[in-house]
Amino acid sequence: SPSALDPYGGAITGIVGVNRDPFGTGMGSDLLSNTWGYCFGPPDLTVPRVAEHAPRATATVPLEGLDDPALARLSREKLLALSVEELQAVRDFFARAAREPRRRAAGLGPAPTDAELECLAQTWSEHCKHKIMNATLSYREEGKAPVEIRSIFKQFIRGTTEAVDEAITRREGKSWLVSVFHDNAGVIAATDAYHLVFKVETHNSPSALDPYGGAITGIVGVNRDPFGTGLGADLLSNTWGYCFGPPGFEGELPPGLLHPRRIREGVHHGVIDGGNQSGIPYGRGWELFDDRFLGKPLVYCGTVGRMPAVSAGRPTHVKLARPGDRIVMVGGRIGKDGIHGATFSSAELTEESPVQAVQIGDPITQKMMFDFLLEARDQGLYSAITDNGAGGLSSSVGEMAKQPGGAWLDLQKAPLKYQGLAAWEVLVSEAQERMTLAVPPERLEALLALARTREVEATDLGAFTDDGHLEVRWGERVVALLPLDFLHDGDPELRIEAEWTPPARAAAAPLARPASAAEGSALARAFLARDNLRSNELLARTYDHEVKGLTVVKPWVGVRRDVPSDASVFLIAHDAAPHGYAVAEAVFPAYSDHDAHAMAQAGVDLAVRRVIAAGARADRIAALDNYCWPDPLPGAKNPDAKQKAAQLVRASKGLSEICRAYGVPLISGKDSMKNDAVVGGQRISIPPTLLASTIAVVTDVRRALTLEVPAPGALLVAVGEAREELGGTEWAAHRGLAGGEVPRCSPAELWPRYEAVARAIRDELVLAAHAVGRGGLLPALFYMARASGLGLSADLSAAPAAPGTGWEGLLLGETTGRFLLACAPEALDRLGRHLQGVPHAVLGAFDATGRLRVAHEGALLVDAPVEELARAWKRQPEGAAGQEVRP
Amino acid sequence: MTARVLIPVGFGFNCEDETAAAFRMVGAEVDLVHLTDLFAGRHARPIPSYQVLAFVGGFSYGDHVASGFVAATRVRAHLQADLSAFLQDGGRVLGICNGFQVLVRLGLLPGPDAGPADFVPRAALANNDRLGYRDAWVTLGADPASTSVWTRGLGRLELPARHGEGKVVLESPEALARLERRGQVAFRYLDPEGKPTEAWPHNPNGSARGVAGITDASGRILGLMPHPDAFLYPWHHPDWPRRKKELEAQEPGGLAIFRAGVAGI
Repeated sequence: SPSALDPYGGAITGIVGVNRDPFGTGMGSDLLSNTWGYCFGPPDLTVPRVAEHAPRATATVPLEGLDDPALARLSREKLLALSVEELQAVRDFFARAAREPRRRAAGLGPAPTDAELECLAQTWSEHCKHKIMNATLSYREEGKAPVEIRSIFKQFIRGTTEAVDEAITRREGKSWLVSVFHDNAGVIAATDAYHLVFKVETHNSPSALDPYGGAITGIVGVNRDPFGTGLGADLLSNTWGYCFGPPGFEGELPPGLLHPRRIREGVHHGVIDGGNQSGIPYGRGWELFDDRFLGKPLVYCGTVGRMPAVSAGRPTHVKLARPGDRIVMVGGRIGKDGIHGATFSSAELTEESPVQAVQIGDPITQKMMFDFLLEARDQGLYSAITDNGAGGLSSSVGEMAKQPGGAWLDLQKAPLKYQGLAAWEVLVSEAQERMTLAVPPERLEALLALARTREVEATDLGAFTDDGHLEVRWGERVVALLPLDFLHDGDPELRIEAEWTPPARAAAAPLARPASAAEGSALARAFLARDNLRSNELLARTYDHEVKGLTVVKPWVGVRRDVPSDASVFLIAHDAAPHGYAVAEAVFPAYSDHDAHAMAQAGVDLAVRRVIAAGARADRIAALDNYCWPDPLPGAKNPDAKQKAAQLVRASKGLSEICRAYGVPLISGKDSMKNDAVVGGQRISIPPTLLASTIAVVTDVRRALTLEVPAPGALLVAVGEAREELGGTEWAAHRGLAGGEVPRCSPAELWPRYEAVARAIRDELVLAAHAVGRGGLLPALFYMARASGLGLSADLSAAPAAPGTGWEGLLLGETTGRFLLACAPEALDRLGRHLQGVPHAVLGAFDATGRLRVAHEGALLVDAPVEELARAWKRQPEGAAGQEVRP
Repeated sequence: MTARVLIPVGFGFNCEDETAAAFRMVGAEVDLVHLTDLFAGRHARPIPSYQVLAFVGGFSYGDHVASGFVAATRVRAHLQADLSAFLQDGGRVLGICNGFQVLVRLGLLPGPDAGPADFVPRAALANNDRLGYRDAWVTLGADPASTSVWTRGLGRLELPARHGEGKVVLESPEALARLERRGQVAFRYLDPEGKPTEAWPHNPNGSARGVAGITDASGRILGLMPHPDAFLYPWHHPDWPRRKKELEAQEPGGLAIFRAGVAGI
């Protein structure tokens, strides 16, 4: 039948659809060959009329009289992901609402319609509502009085940003925060003409089920966040970062999980296709491997946008939907893909998780839509915009309706990919490439006409009102009538118990120093070849990082262009040169095994140090927080929920402390709270992970720094002292060490240090800079030597260090707050004056030997050609992604 | 006289901003016009009144069916007469990456040995031999014997290549030899010794005899896979942090192509 209506479309769906059958059988199969056969009628050129079965309008779901077990069953069977308490609230609401004259006039009774129930389930989903971050938590810790936290989000995140905002305003008279927390992405001022917008999202559950589809939707989905901020932003650059199970995993996989290598390959291809085809360069990319990501991979995708401060005479960051404005949906059509995406990702992954919950992204449709919308924005044709992501129209219209105070829409007008969708499916489908606009009635015709000429579909679905309701129609019939206050604020408050039991960790017994330089060099080779340190350049070059012609410091730098840069630096626009921005990130999931407080702070600290090392302004750094957590809500299969909740509190407290001390506002973020898989009775939970991303203003991109020095003779200066902090580090994983002290930050002490380094860079005393990160000093020294194409000698005994720091702490510890700077010998005195009061020392110098030499207490620990270390660092395991692959 | 440049946009072309910036930097006036306006004849200024037409990089129509195929098909259907008139008047054409793929599918490159454009495809840009899409800088050599107006005075230059389908394939080895003889090979990939190469990574796609860009018999139409639009400022170059003085002293290689292309208009 579909081929009768639309021969090309129907048929292509026929073949690619049947492809998915063998692919979806068992654990999936490789597709070997297709067959085809067609029956056509006599050659008749008229298009036959085909009567598809009439789409069902709606059905009701009686809740009256259902007891708690029945409600729980309903939630599970309909994939609502609502708790019993929430369904009780829904049941009681409809019992009351049945008496309302408006509801009766609409022919609706005490039982919610399926559309109403689904709309509430999407809106109240953890994914959309962030219930956990807004819950009231009681936090206990032995020996301390219990603390009540009203909302992690309000106290630790928004509270932090408000405090930083006030401090900026006090200092500068005017804040550079333009729009935070009430839109799809955060907005900061960059130049007089342009603002910057940044958002990072995760797409973990979909990528676990369908790596390619989940990941491409991850990137094209996050593109719509800056695009749906204010009146829309031009998209400048993307970021990606993944946490996977080890690619070489050889153990037995629980049923229902894909092998990490297959997930890795699919995710890379999806994100590459999504970004490259959209014409947006990738600025950053990283991978991290740990056994616990077997259950759920973490797939982070981010997008930076540029917003003209003013467009069509209006401030671009302000949305203004008024009653009477038309609701116009733009872009792709609605289908059955992505139904229940918001709710399924708000539950743990099981063998039954539905693949059809994963949306299918089509970058070119979105690109055409974006091109059209930028024209419409600059002509002032709409007054507000938001994206259709999780929850589809129910969420985008429900959310936008808050400003004018109500909305009605007719789902029968919505363009469908094919017939046969029920009203609720049209309402909640997360089919991709769609934005919702508020269009003043007098601009409607112009907007629709422009859409037609650009071959982009735009449909008038209804209008915003001020009657306090979301009314959803199917033609003449009302299929949902929900007061906005119940829709948005009717869910019962969540209370969570958190109890912190510090993990018992033995002290680290020191390991004997390598007996010879040969032994130390072998250790260096093995260490640099670890999954988490190995070069991913070959694979990552399949991501475009230069389209738009704005990229200055690329993701790989140095003589051989193969060393990861600390931060990527871009121009803001061709007409804004030389003003730019820097982007970086950091993440340390393994530190959570010791303390999530340290994990969160280490991430922010390194992400901040990285943009400073690249030459960004220290007083124009903003951060994004992306939480990925194992479920902190209690359940039969979740015995340590209280500990996970306590880790959430500790991480958030750490985040708040460090951002306040650094003056770094949190402009946007996201949380993903159900990163567990329960398969075959086995629960795999990820380590609590907070990804910190930073964006900072660069005054002059021509003076941005990288890790490379131009010539031998430059001195290497270590800034910041090392401590014997091995807990949770890459070295601890390498030597199989469970104990040790986790690296911690002293934010108040570190910030003046960073300001001093930033001043030294601004005054051009620094030739190259690097923020010491994962793996400690050893990879840091290697990166700088490799990038410079030179030899490098360093004496660890000269390095600033706390008493009792051994060779492991000096060479491989991950103590926070440290930089390596290179400077010309004649600039050393002036650099020293800038660094007065900051622990620093000359470790050695760059030379023409091509060897990395590291000494400690009079003996050589490492003495190896940099080229030889690089070979070990670059060698890819057999069959790894990025080798001879697809054409 | 100031060169007027037409850059068609939309449908997945995505390098219009940097290409427009490049032409403006060498003194040209640029109009970015949506393809739908060109197809429907809504754009006020006739195509033959421009001196330069540039098809930019991107993923036109998602490269569905084949790279550049749908865009070329629609351009041929709607604009063939306009393009013929434009070329007859001495118009110059630049195709970068996806734009080059479009010109090849349109039959404008390499074009007939003599006479006006006949819109007959005589070449293809095939999948890279190794590893598919790759973003990395390459070294190009302009053929001193090239008849192209776009390469006059150029020697060696460095540009980023960013494509998965860039291997130039002609009807036969003889056809390639004929192009070379006639000076229609504008650019070749060079190895570190400065010799044309077929070897990865210096030649990212395995093009025979290192062909990176070709011109038509008139020398006015140029197509190339690497991106001149991505080397407009000295600080675009990956060696910028180490070689500032040297890079500042010379014109960025990408910009040099645009300057040559509008010279003499």
